[in-house]
Amino acid sequence: MAETQTPDGPYDASALSGPTNNGRKKDMPNGLWMKCPSCDEMLYRKVVADNDEVCPKCQQHFRTTGRQRVAQLVDEGTFEELFTEIQPSDPLNFHWQGKKYSDRLAAEQKKTGNTEALICGRAYIKGRRVALAAMAGDFLMGSMGSVLGEKLARTVELATDEMLPLIVVCISGGARMHEGALSLMQMAKTSAALARYDRAGGLYVALLTDPTTGGTTASFAMLGDVIIAEPKALIGFAGPRVIANTIKAELPEGFQRAEFLQTKGFVDLIVHRHELRSELAKLIDFTMPA
Amino acid sequence: MNQTELADVSALGFEKEIAALQQQITELERGALREDKDFSGEIRVMREQYISLLKKTYSELSPWQVVQVSRHPQRPLAKDYIEMIAKNFTELHGDRRFGDDPAIIGGLAKIGTEKVMLITQHKGRDTKEKLKQNFGMPVPEGYRKALRLMKMAEKFNIPIVTLIDTPGAYPGIGSEERGVAEAIAVNLREMSLLEVPVVCVVIGEGGSGGALGIAVGDKIAVMQYAYYSVISPEGCASILWRTGEAAPEAAEALQLTGERLKELGVIDDVIEEPLGGAHRNPSEMGHNLEQYVVKTLRSLKRRKVENLVNDRYKSWRAKGKYTEGK
Ligand SMILES: [Zn+2]
Repeated sequence: MAETQTPDGPYDASALSGPTNNGRKKDMPNGLWMKCPSCDEMLYRKVVADNDEVCPKCQQHFRTTGRQRVAQLVDEGTFEELFTEIQPSDPLNFHWQGKKYSDRLAAEQKKTGNTEALICGRAYIKGRRVALAAMAGDFLMGSMGSVLGEKLARTVELATDEMLPLIVVCISGGARMHEGALSLMQMAKTSAALARYDRAGGLYVALLTDPTTGGTTASFAMLGDVIIAEPKALIGFAGPRVIANTIKAELPEGFQRAEFLQTKGFVDLIVHRHELRSELAKLIDFTMPA
Repeated sequence: MNQTELADVSALGFEKEIAALQQQITELERGALREDKDFSGEIRVMREQYISLLKKTYSELSPWQVVQVSRHPQRPLAKDYIEMIAKNFTELHGDRRFGDDPAIIGGLAKIGTEKVMLITQHKGRDTKEKLKQNFGMPVPEGYRKALRLMKMAEKFNIPIVTLIDTPGAYPGIGSEERGVAEAIAVNLREMSLLEVPVVCVVIGEGGSGGALGIAVGDKIAVMQYAYYSVISPEGCASILWRTGEAAPEAAEALQLTGERLKELGVIDDVIEEPLGGAHRNPSEMGHNLEQYVVKTLRSLKRRKVENLVNDRYKSWRAKGKYTEGK
């Protein structure tokens, strides 16, 4: 399940870290221009950034950082970040081929300015108060370790205590190997917290973005009352490469993409990034009006 | 020394010496019979050597060797435990939605004095059975059947016992199309709220989310030479070391043995195995499992339902290692 989970995995890590260049930074050393990997259009970086990291020509949704995601979703200046004091440790003293997990963590913190792969707290979306947790795909592939599980569980508990709508943005390569079975347990821990929130009557909207895979999909990502996906987002449990290797055959066109999941019954809505805020506001007004 | 300890067991790589000694003892015994001679003195000495070698080897197993024992071709599988300890087992089939997954076998049974809903993952013994069981890799229907049976158990106030033994959920097209991730996720959520005692035992391979999908309970145990991991050592090795051949190093790094997982607070108990592993004495292993299940259920059944469910939440909520400071 964890095939896609680290920068060492099959996904190109740079596709998640540098916004939108999809690993092609080398082609454009000045960083002013980028080529859309979908329609090949040469795009001015600033125009793409101002367009919420969506290609203005073909509407391809590029990957964003956790910080960009929060900024796109919330009313400006309303995000109250919480639980930043929860910091990763290296409980297994995990190392491989002369590399150390603790070094990798420090490097990711320095690169992203985040303490971990989840940014969470209270915010307003079009004037509606919400609990928000956004995974940061730019931090170790948005992989789920102990800190992510703990911060998410606390956010869910906060939403339960304060009866706030809960929005979780998913982008993840799955459970983080470097913390072994501790990472795996976070799937059950977060799902148990969501069970209580669910029974208490809270609205949980899961927003699945490209890519959402592995243990993240097989836990909180699939538990939304409403599951929204961004267009063409890859969403699955096993990574496509693992499946292709197992069945020794080509995968069908569009397999594991948001549109495919919707036809199979696992996604409620596919929403353009520009429409997310108003869609969320509408759902909140239907279910948990202030 | 009883017969089973010298059972004809196929040897793992690190057991060559043990197997050679075993072979010598067998030959000496045959020779004694054939030539009508008394080698009992020699045989006794060799058996003692055999026992002490077995003890030494198994007290020093590396994590990778534990993984190998957990996959030993003669290790007892779920069906063996069902035969050994599940009295009046009544298998119940199907998820009532799409199909019946043979990789997950469930039904009503009595273990010792305790009436239970038993839910197991079964890998299959020979090639034909392995194919039928899909090598113990469940598809969505398996998880949904498991949940259906758990809800039924809750309705009739019957405790739940799950036996986990899977390399992982099946990574196939149909499995994804029918929402294996959703099936596992819903189990994680619903199992956390079940109002009956739930005991989960990893009997062989605890392969990531595919294992966890039936392993949320009040007490989680791992057999002494079973493993439980976020990813297979081979998978981890191929990603981080870029070669599956580094699986022994990955097994070490992942800290996937019962003993270590208990120290990390991932699981509650380790169930002791017979000398040299469950495959050398399946009936003793069956007995140990039965003892553990009965003892654990008796203590869980004494709790008030409300406390049981609250304590379960607390125990899962506490899993994870991090630091907290400004
Ligand atoms: Zn484009």
